Amino acid sequence: MFQVRIHGRGGQGVVSAAEILSVAAFIEGKHSQAVPSFGSERMGAPVVAFCRIDDKPIKLREPILEPDALIVQDPTLFNAIDVFAGLSKNGYLLINSKRSIGELGIADAIHLPDDKVRLVPATEIALKHIKRPLPNAVLLGALAATTGVIKIDSVIEAIASKFPGKVGELNIQAAEAAYKLIKQNNQEELTC
Amino acid sequence: MQLKPLKRRKAMAHQQVKFYQTGTLTVGNRLLDAENRTVQGTMDRSNSLDSGHRACQGCGEALGARYAIDTAMRATDNKLIACNATGCLEVFTTPYPETSWTIPWIHSLFGNAAAIGTGVAAAMKVKGREDVRVIAQGGDGGTTDIGFGCLSGMFERNDDVLYICYDNQGYMNTGVQRSSATPGGARTATTMPVGPEPGADFDKGKNVPLIAMAHEIPYVATASIDRLHDLEAKVKKAMSIRGARYIQIFVPCPLGWGSAPAQTVNLARLAVESGIYPLFEGENGEITSTTKIRRKVPVEDYLKPQRRFAHVLKNPAQLSAVQEIADRNIRKFGLLEE
Amino acid sequence: MLKQIEGSHGVAEAVALCRPEVICAYPITPQTHIVEDLGALVKSGKIENCEYINVESEFAALSVGIGSSAAGARTYTATASQGMLFMAEAVYNASGLGLPIVMTVGNRSIGAPINIWNDQSDSMSMRDAGWIQLFVEDNQQAVDMHIQAFKIAEALSLPVMVCMDGFILTHAIEGIDVPDQKQVDKFLPPFVPRQVLDPEDPVSIGAMVGPEAFTEVRYIAHKKQKEALDLIPQINEDFKQIFGRDSGGLISTTNTEDADTVVVTLGSVIGTIEEAIDEQDEKIGALTIRSFRPFPLEQIRSALKDAKRVVVFEKCFAVGIGGIVANNVRMAMSGTNIPVYEVIAGLGGRPITRKSLHKLFKDAVKDNLEDVTFMDLNKDVVDRELEREHKLIQAGSVAENILRDGGVVNAAKTT
Repeated sequence: MFQVRIHGRGGQGVVSAAEILSVAAFIEGKHSQAVPSFGSERMGAPVVAFCRIDDKPIKLREPILEPDALIVQDPTLFNAIDVFAGLSKNGYLLINSKRSIGELGIADAIHLPDDKVRLVPATEIALKHIKRPLPNAVLLGALAATTGVIKIDSVIEAIASKFPGKVGELNIQAAEAAYKLIKQNNQEELTC
Repeated sequence: MQLKPLKRRKAMAHQQVKFYQTGTLTVGNRLLDAENRTVQGTMDRSNSLDSGHRACQGCGEALGARYAIDTAMRATDNKLIACNATGCLEVFTTPYPETSWTIPWIHSLFGNAAAIGTGVAAAMKVKGREDVRVIAQGGDGGTTDIGFGCLSGMFERNDDVLYICYDNQGYMNTGVQRSSATPGGARTATTMPVGPEPGADFDKGKNVPLIAMAHEIPYVATASIDRLHDLEAKVKKAMSIRGARYIQIFVPCPLGWGSAPAQTVNLARLAVESGIYPLFEGENGEITSTTKIRRKVPVEDYLKPQRRFAHVLKNPAQLSAVQEIADRNIRKFGLLEE
Repeated sequence: MLKQIEGSHGVAEAVALCRPEVICAYPITPQTHIVEDLGALVKSGKIENCEYINVESEFAALSVGIGSSAAGARTYTATASQGMLFMAEAVYNASGLGLPIVMTVGNRSIGAPINIWNDQSDSMSMRDAGWIQLFVEDNQQAVDMHIQAFKIAEALSLPVMVCMDGFILTHAIEGIDVPDQKQVDKFLPPFVPRQVLDPEDPVSIGAMVGPEAFTEVRYIAHKKQKEALDLIPQINEDFKQIFGRDSGGLISTTNTEDADTVVVTLGSVIGTIEEAIDEQDEKIGALTIRSFRPFPLEQIRSALKDAKRVVVFEKCFAVGIGGIVANNVRMAMSGTNIPVYEVIAGLGGRPITRKSLHKLFKDAVKDNLEDVTFMDLNKDVVDRELEREHKLIQAGSVAENILRDGGVVNAAKTT
């Protein structure tokens, strides 16, 4: 089972991200379960969503306590909650930020190899393609590139099914852009 | 429990009878056009509320209900379903295993008659039977207090239900307690007059007909059992309209009011003629008719036959307050204007 | 068709397939998505011949439902938590009048203190009202049981509530095989009411019944529920024939035949429990109660008779005495000497984790459990609050004190 935990704030599409990810896995014939962990509707409040992906039916319903991949859609959360709780030593970390780990002040909090950590300027990519600061689809493209748990084509199809029309197209562009960016980075890292 | 289908009674042969004129107040049926005569004067009336019920002697509600429902049945070609709140009407008409209702009738709870009506109307719509009409009915307790939320909801959705409130100004079936329809000064078991203190407070109470008007529903009317033709005309009018409608009928309660059973109709008349109970009709939030007072009487005439107002009559300030209410109604509704 | 959809949306699609004629909608977390989806389905014409009514309260929701059901329309509504209590009078009225209304309960705790997260207090509060209460383990069952519910309700002329854990199931997106209309039409014929308001054939419904007949009327209600003990498995069989899945019935068991310890529970937590059982070495069986009312005394007794101990795991409790489900299970076990331990967990949405379950199992297999355990109870916080109350007359509100003691951030961390 592959467990993804997504952190963000209300209004950033955290719950949609988990849903799209679960649909992407479904498209590939896998079993998946996406659950929000939230309360009353409120913009700006911290929101967590979970997505589990597996080849067999998923029975587990507890919150994701030991994620295999952690997506942080909003770096201001580092001061608010313990985002990294339970992150597996072999886990992946994707953060929506232009800055570096050191600049974000979280170097001490994480103990992961470099190739498992990706800082993605998702808000900027989103603004460029979608004209709105919605980083969720972007980060899913990055997740596909980083972890390979789902294919980018599945992410694209999932986005299209949830957001038909122009909105979906723009989100797909943004997700693809992030995917390409990560793939390029991977390439550069390998050649370093 | 299955009752036999509604029987159509065959009209009896009419006999010529001589009448003597006894004044315009007693004109009765014979001088009216056929379609304006009371339903009760015909042998093929539906008799929706049949004899054998257990109402008190002189019960205003039984009288009002019988006239109202039979009129509605005639207006709908006998296609009517009634939804009753808990209260006197429900209790005295359905002592298990008997029922006085010869029409389809349901009693659910105290506060949901209007909602039951909404549900029945929705079912009729869905089944393509909008020719079957719906009445929800209850006393003032079940309407102005505990049923108020559901009533307002039904009004606001403009559900095709006629709600009839039988207003005897208190929770009578449970032993005469105060409701928000209890008038200032009235003695009830929960508003006992003590020394100079009045029975029910004067600065409280709720006027549901005006609240119904504020909802701007297609039809609102107040009626009284002292003028049954008028009551029938209002029910008939209501049944010709679709959407949420409300009729509040003033029905004296001899037991609760401490009045003689034989005085029921007279008290209803005095309430109207003193200005205490204004009769009006309204459509979509605007008043379309008011009943002028024919011979104004001072409120004392209305209060005297009722033991619930005995202390008011001994207390000039309270008596004034009651008169003030009547005078304000007369001003507000123009009950004495030409 | 297999779809990856939210549980609520699946339920809406299932209800739509049952050709409801009147839907009463009043929103309350966590059922809102169900009534919203149904509204959209009716408005778009995907559900034909259906009146969708936005009512002013839950009391109105069920009351309107009583009216429409009594007039012969297939009727549906949904609620949770506070809404269930607000309609409590109508809940008893619907079963007393024998109306086959189907209602989804998005299981949520009851205040005070106000809490929007999952536990099963709301359904439990109405366990004596005479409704059939079915609990589902996952969203596939949620979809399937709504379809079965209409059939059960109309066969018995009794209302049915389908209970699904709020948020955990209502808001979870997972793979659900949504049946097609042909299958559902084959399984569920049009509604033929036992008694109906009809001007062609007038009846009076809702008479006052006095001491001379009340007992008999109530006894028959009891007997009808007992009839359901046969009918529910039967309808589940019928469902299996057409849809190919076992989604209902009275109970479901895993490895109870040769297990010394059997965990008994209801609802979605069984998934996590089974995962935890698989991760450890002791022989632990599991029994999921699917029909809570009528309560399958014989079936449970039969399944548990060879156990050395039973651990009842419930998301509710009766203040002042202890577990509700546990006490019902004890009735089933009466006469045996098998200990029944009560574990109260998940109240107000507190997550139930494998970690805590492992600890619990270790204690259980050694009979090292208290009679009543409140799982993951923070004893320090409780002790401090009790001491505070003991010392001060004006100790303040318990809830606020505990939140302040733990700190808001602390409270957030337990999510």
